[in-house]
Amino acid sequence: MPVADAPLLQVDGIELAFGGIKALSGVSLAARRGEITAVIGPNGAGKTSLFNAISGFYKPQQGRVVFEGCDITRESPSRRAALGLARTFQNVALFRGMTVLDNIKLGGHTRLAANPLTAMWYLGAARREEIALRREIERDVIDLLEIDHVRHLPVAALSYGLQKRVELARALAMRPKLLMLDEPVAGMNREETEDMARFILDIQEERGISVLLIEHDMGLVMDIANHVSVLNFGQVIGEGTPAEVRANPEVVRAYLGSTVAAAVPA
Amino acid sequence: MRIGDFRASYAHDESLWPTRVQRAWLGVLALALIAFPFGANGYQVSLACMLGIHVIAAAGLNIMTGYTGLISLGHAAFMGVGCYTAAWFAQRGVPFFATLPLAGATAALLGMVVGLPSLRIKGLYLAVATLATQFLVVYVFREWDSVTGGVRGVNVPNASLGGFELLNDQRMYFLIAPVAVALLVAARNLFRTRVGRAFIAIRDKDISAEVLGIHLLRYKLAAFAIGSFYAGVAGALLGYFYRAMTPEYFTLQLSIFYLAAIIVGGLGSMLGTILGAVFMTLVPELLRGVVAGIAQWAPRATEILSPVQQVVFGLLIVGFLVFEPHGLLEIWRRVRRTFHLWPFRA
Amino acid sequence: MSGSAFDWIALAEYSAIGLLSGGLLALIALGFVLIYKGTGVINFAMGEFMMLGAYFFYTANVMWRLPTLVALAITLAAVALVAALIERTVLRPLAGQPVISVLMATIGLASALHGGVDAVWGGANLEMPALLPRKPFTVGEILVPGQVVWSFVLAATIITAFTLYFRFSKTGVAMRAAASDPITAYVLGIDVRRTQALTWIFAGMVGAVAGIVVASMTSLSPALGGAALGVLAVIILGGLDSIAGAIVAGLIVGLIESLTAGYLGGKVRDIVPYVTVLVILLVRPYGLFGTRQIERL
Repeated sequence: MPVADAPLLQVDGIELAFGGIKALSGVSLAARRGEITAVIGPNGAGKTSLFNAISGFYKPQQGRVVFEGCDITRESPSRRAALGLARTFQNVALFRGMTVLDNIKLGGHTRLAANPLTAMWYLGAARREEIALRREIERDVIDLLEIDHVRHLPVAALSYGLQKRVELARALAMRPKLLMLDEPVAGMNREETEDMARFILDIQEERGISVLLIEHDMGLVMDIANHVSVLNFGQVIGEGTPAEVRANPEVVRAYLGSTVAAAVPA
Repeated sequence: MRIGDFRASYAHDESLWPTRVQRAWLGVLALALIAFPFGANGYQVSLACMLGIHVIAAAGLNIMTGYTGLISLGHAAFMGVGCYTAAWFAQRGVPFFATLPLAGATAALLGMVVGLPSLRIKGLYLAVATLATQFLVVYVFREWDSVTGGVRGVNVPNASLGGFELLNDQRMYFLIAPVAVALLVAARNLFRTRVGRAFIAIRDKDISAEVLGIHLLRYKLAAFAIGSFYAGVAGALLGYFYRAMTPEYFTLQLSIFYLAAIIVGGLGSMLGTILGAVFMTLVPELLRGVVAGIAQWAPRATEILSPVQQVVFGLLIVGFLVFEPHGLLEIWRRVRRTFHLWPFRA
Repeated sequence: MSGSAFDWIALAEYSAIGLLSGGLLALIALGFVLIYKGTGVINFAMGEFMMLGAYFFYTANVMWRLPTLVALAITLAAVALVAALIERTVLRPLAGQPVISVLMATIGLASALHGGVDAVWGGANLEMPALLPRKPFTVGEILVPGQVVWSFVLAATIITAFTLYFRFSKTGVAMRAAASDPITAYVLGIDVRRTQALTWIFAGMVGAVAGIVVASMTSLSPALGGAALGVLAVIILGGLDSIAGAIVAGLIVGLIESLTAGYLGGKVRDIVPYVTVLVILLVRPYGLFGTRQIERL
């Protein structure tokens, strides 16, 4: 298979257990370049555990995580970030002691070079890179996600929907190759969900960033995902295009239970 | 009322004092700082010197604890290390502009040694480790006679720069004040860059910080080292100021004093550091005045000055944590807001 | 017998004394562990509870000349009151605040209590009555001071009583439930606020008893407050949330302290706990029995 066809992220045979509890059994997944890949499944299926394994917080007992052809299974989370992996969290993980702008600037952390000494002096190199980062964030991120009106507010003062948008902005500021979104529209109303869907599509089309997302909102998944993987009880029970997955009897059974599944026409 | 405040460039928006009124006040403050010792009496000048030292030490502690969330109960120990280091070098004729950085560096080194094992685990353990360090270091001060003079203490020669000696408090003021201002500005600058942001991120949610590419241990060590550096410099200045020092000065009580200062002033803010340091410098003086005042009716009062100070510090910490966790800074901000919005209501 | 023969008797004596005095350390550690298990906080004011207990007892027993048991009852009641007051006015408003805030609140509290006692009773060394029989115990050639043995017996009794209480009594089980998962406990009808108040009251009383014993074995002075900080080594070694760990660690640290004091001299004894803490943190930070913290992402 030509190298250009190789997926951006390849997860092979991940086995993850905590004490006696098996979170993931033989999970394999591919996120292709330039595509939006969705991971769905009932609560407790292991989706966030999978994300944590890809991020590097959980070390799987078996299996590999390969990113851009390199095996990153042993790398630390901060190293994976430098390689181009960005993610958001299910519960918004913004830094409440900082403003929106400072939170987003943190996305650019690995691309800056200030050390304590140059930082304390500030004039010169540190100042230049700060202003350059600010310009870049305003142009590339704040404008795109329409959050210019709140940029100086402390994040604690924002509504939930805006906070999720700021978290997305911060992930974007990392200039990632793969953006991992953990339930990006959880708890949002219809309008906010549509806005978020538009942003994700813009990110994919205009920036060419690949997206891997966990989501419960089937409408969103069916609308924007190119490829869907379904997890249940820590195993992949189905994958394919959204239409294929929706018709998959295993998937229906997992979500709706076997009695209902039997009643659904094949 | 604040009107006409607009920014036309990102550089302007990023600056520390963007409005013209702020810059005017800054100029006034600078003039006041320079003119102060010529108008004030000896007591006030020495008080100002102590304030400067307190500001430096509190700034260091705020960087570690307020901004980065690393609790240190051993700040006084690091000050002591800086003090004895400076004394050792000064006795061998090294001028102060070399002893101060050396003192800071030695303290920073100790900070990193203490931090290495403790920073890999939860914050509570770091607090315990710094407490243990505090006691151990003071023990070393008392026992290591050859270097520290043991319990008798050490004499610090006058701070000198190529023959010019800082003989009195007024001259010391012109050493302490610029150093304090410089270190304060440097600390504030930290938080305009990725280094400071990383510190705050570590405090708020270190898992998120890791995902963003921040190497946790490296940055925690940096915060610890910088904070200890400041403590070391403050300790060295203290030694020059008193011209003598004993281990009894750098006790747990002093560490708690600085914790009180940053809690009362406002964690995670350099303005809070200044407010807290001013408050904590004036409180002992106030207490001393009160005790002296009631001494005629309660002769035992002077004996209990030290324990009463302890009670007051403790109550201040608890009181501010319960009622005003953001400290004097929050009160200051409320006042400012009222002025900015006047004649409208906040 | 050659002059370089190893002095087994001394070793045995130091070891026996060490292990037995570890009982008292375990008792103080129990106070720490109770509060940590119940509220997730290291109570830096533990030593001050000890101090309060000792000074209250001194006031009742020596200054007001009340009989020992009456004085003890009054002391326990007074300390319980102070502990409940602290829990109500300081800890409860801070519930939900980051750990760092509550920690600093206990530090502030410790400072205030310490200064308060120093101001009211003065800083001089006071003489406490000998509460435990002094008659030494001899096993063969090994001589162990009576007070050490009896302090161990007392500590063991109290610790056993608490363990049984938490195991079998309704309130005890409720306290364990509330400590483990306050929200579920609340939903099940357990009065979580009451159990937290009780946790502090118990810890206070345990500290008070320990303080009285330590003061009667040494002397009464405000320096007593600092003694508990050495016990931090015990709880770190045992694991912050394990009573069994506190017991085992208490014995071990007592042993180490006694051996160092015996072979290296009394001054070194003061810093043994602190060196021990740093070593443990390097090697095995969660202690012997502590549960490793796993954060939910």
